[in-house]
Amino acid sequence: MFKWLHPLAKPETLYHFCGRLFPWLMLSAVGILLFGNLWGLLFAPQDYQQFDTVRIIYIHVPSALLSMSTYTMMAIAAFIALVWQVKVAQWSVLAIAPIGAVFTAISLLTGMAWGKPMWGTWWEWDARLTSQLILLFLYLGVIALYGAFSDRQTGGKVASLLAIIGIVNIPIIHFSVEWWNTLHQGASITKFDTPSVHPSMLWPLLISLLGFYLLMLALVCLRLRTAILENEQHRPWVRATLGGH
Amino acid sequence: MVMTFLRRELVLLARQKADWLNPLLFFLIVLTLFPLGVGPEPNQLRIMAPGIVWIASLLSVLLAAERLFRDDYRNGVIEQLVASRQGLMAFVLAKVAANWLSTGLPLVVMSPVVAMLLGVESAAFVAMMLTLLLGTPLLSILSVLGAALTMSADKGGILLALLILPLYIPLLIFATAAIEAASMGLPYSGQLAILVAMLLLALALVPLAVASALRINVS
Repeated sequence: MFKWLHPLAKPETLYHFCGRLFPWLMLSAVGILLFGNLWGLLFAPQDYQQFDTVRIIYIHVPSALLSMSTYTMMAIAAFIALVWQVKVAQWSVLAIAPIGAVFTAISLLTGMAWGKPMWGTWWEWDARLTSQLILLFLYLGVIALYGAFSDRQTGGKVASLLAIIGIVNIPIIHFSVEWWNTLHQGASITKFDTPSVHPSMLWPLLISLLGFYLLMLALVCLRLRTAILENEQHRPWVRATLGGH
Repeated sequence: MVMTFLRRELVLLARQKADWLNPLLFFLIVLTLFPLGVGPEPNQLRIMAPGIVWIASLLSVLLAAERLFRDDYRNGVIEQLVASRQGLMAFVLAKVAANWLSTGLPLVVMSPVVAMLLGVESAAFVAMMLTLLLGTPLLSILSVLGAALTMSADKGGILLALLILPLYIPLLIFATAAIEAASMGLPYSGQLAILVAMLLLALALVPLAVASALRINVS
């Protein structure tokens, strides 16, 4: 596997690799998202208690799960950047951060929109909501920290360090519904042996989830390509590729 | 080696009294703002006391954090330490200890006055003192981390607050929960145990992160 991964540490190779991957990821993401979300929003059955508001689940749950997986991915990239000093890993930390921040914001906003009709309040200071809000602050902190240094290299390293430190929040978010008695319900998707979501709702949800993952990967490819060009703009291969002068 | 660094830090603090006296003064001023802002109703103040005390503590510790590494960075002490490849961890631990002795411990010592000002009852007062005693070392560890991360940043001050305040949130939640439980006559040893657990975890891992942040900032 390392034989296959190692060439990707070279910016030029990775740039072309992402370029080849991007159209496939984006096309499948759009197709699967359209399919999953339309199924969920239009054709999946209503909940017997929540009626149509249950359809928020098809956006809320995937974006919330994505906010955590994206953070984990960013922290792994940050670890690789700091330990093995891989340049492209450091750039990918900054490529991933805004995407994760947007997914976190989406999960919080859809959660608020769902909380208002169901719990009767936009916001409740329970453990799940608070830890998710901290996750948003962590993403924004990584972005702000990178921007605060005049030297990009130092900024990238320090932001990577913060990304690694912030990983302690991920298990807290995940287990918050078990450790505290919260308003937010416990896990109901990931316990496959005793599913508590009916298949007619579970399938569109899982398909939407897959669509969100593909969309995230596509956006990471796109942003990483831009980051590589930005950082390598004075290299000959960039001029050769873009045909500039 | 830790003791040598600690003695150096304490001598520096003794010569620059404004560095640690001003945050304490700031703590008292923030405390006086609350009764003026929300009204001097004693019952209301008593209910809000845990939150007020802890938020004022967070802000005053944060205020002291900004100068933690600034002088040492400017006059090259940190660069020499990183270059000499030894003593960096001892330096970090001494920083944490000196920071706690100069900002956290005075808060614990002042807490009887604070309890009197806000009308806190004796049961809740004991809990308040215990949470401050166990929580302020964690505040010091996290502010050393924040100061190390932003040491060579252009706009360090406000950025430090943005990075560190979210990390203070879990501490704030459990500390105020302990004081509230105590004021209702409930046991609060569980919350204290979590505070100790967070403190020990941070003490074991954060110095490593601080040392690597210092290395990155001078490289």
